[in-house]
Amino acid sequence: MNLTLKIWRQKNANDKGKMVDYKISDVSPDMSFLEMLDVLNEQLINSGDEPVAFDHDCREGICGMCSLYINGEAHGPDRGVTTCQLHMRMFKDGDTIYIEPFRAKAFPVIKDLVVDRSAFDRIQHAGGFISVNTSGNTIDANAIPVNKQDADTAFEAATCIGCGACVASCKNSSAMLFVGAKVSQFALLPQGQVEATDRVLNMVKQMDEEGFGNCTNTGACEVECPKGISLENIARMNREYLKASFKG
Amino acid sequence: MSGILNSSIGRKFAMALSALFLMFFLLQHFAINILSVFSPDAFNEASHFMGTFWAVQFILQPILIIGIVFHFTMGIILELKNRKARQVKYAKNNGNANSSWMSRNMIWTGLLIEAFLIVHMSQLWWHEMMVKYINPVTEDPTRYYPELVEHFQSPVIVGIYVVAFVFLALHLLHGFNSAFQSIGANNKYTKSLKGISKVYSIGIPVGFIFIALYHHLAH
Repeated sequence: MNLTLKIWRQKNANDKGKMVDYKISDVSPDMSFLEMLDVLNEQLINSGDEPVAFDHDCREGICGMCSLYINGEAHGPDRGVTTCQLHMRMFKDGDTIYIEPFRAKAFPVIKDLVVDRSAFDRIQHAGGFISVNTSGNTIDANAIPVNKQDADTAFEAATCIGCGACVASCKNSSAMLFVGAKVSQFALLPQGQVEATDRVLNMVKQMDEEGFGNCTNTGACEVECPKGISLENIARMNREYLKASFKG
Repeated sequence: MSGILNSSIGRKFAMALSALFLMFFLLQHFAINILSVFSPDAFNEASHFMGTFWAVQFILQPILIIGIVFHFTMGIILELKNRKARQVKYAKNNGNANSSWMSRNMIWTGLLIEAFLIVHMSQLWWHEMMVKYINPVTEDPTRYYPELVEHFQSPVIVGIYVVAFVFLALHLLHGFNSAFQSIGANNKYTKSLKGISKVYSIGIPVGFIFIALYHHLAH
């Protein structure tokens, strides 16, 4: 496959940045998208140019590190996959592919396609945890009975890998699918009840302070989420938040 | 509890409550207007009641105006805040791949509906205020039907009506379900609610258009 790539290049956080065109040839349809970028970078290094900076880690679709807004969609045109699992067979010979960083005020660009997603970490620090006594009297989690349906729904919420595709896809750069999933995974379990009120209030407060937009229920986040996190999690977070606000 | 309206979810909740209230009002407005097609007397009777009963005039009417102004103002505030959340736009964005046109353009359909409301209220509501409170005239309980028929004789007014209600349908096609999602109601009934949403969002605006066209063509 021969392709034209239009890639966002930005030297650093303060640089204005621009789209730059690259030609790449002999791309195998069996390559992953990131492997295609590896080939491009080899080509750039050999010609003495600066390689394109992009995030990646496990390349198995589980770490949430890879990002990229490809041809107008987070993680590209395939469904239920991260960029590392997107294959070049999704494109046609001669295609022009736009590759941009995830865009949000709360996800500032560090370099080229690399964005700072530490806003998600700060939201997690604000309440995305449970406090467990580890002094030696820890109760075995399996000793607390949990309804099977609740356990499954909590597990589904917990599969969120925090990649930020929800924010990138949302026209408002809203982080509510991410926060909804993190609130839900604890709200559904007895272990999460002790800190339930503070958790949702603190996480939503931190989300608002980070500068994410508000959810208008377009549903784009759910469609683009590589883990299929459902909008039901946002509704559950709304309920938890309202309950906590009226209570406290 | 304090400061709930300063939070993203609190604003969303308030926006949804005002939307649910306005949707209920729209249903009631339609129920009265459709009477004009079947029975001029029933329409006159209902309009006379709404126009003269103190609780409607001095309690429900102000609540309605507050509801409309709140929904409109909050919609604009949220839109401006949301635009600030992405300062650099994508060079290529494929919104159709993951969301409906209606969901992405609520602000535009909303602004067009608001523009219609200004025209609509300046023509009909303001006239009611004039004859009731500013230059009071003796109430004729049979005046409502002829006034309605006369209103719809203008092809320009009927044209504005049709366009406005098409935009209302587009607004409701996203807004109806969105309001329920915002108040946290996404559960086993959501699928059925989507069906009701389509019936309401298309049925009510088409019904209003039918009433306007009926009186324009039948008289």
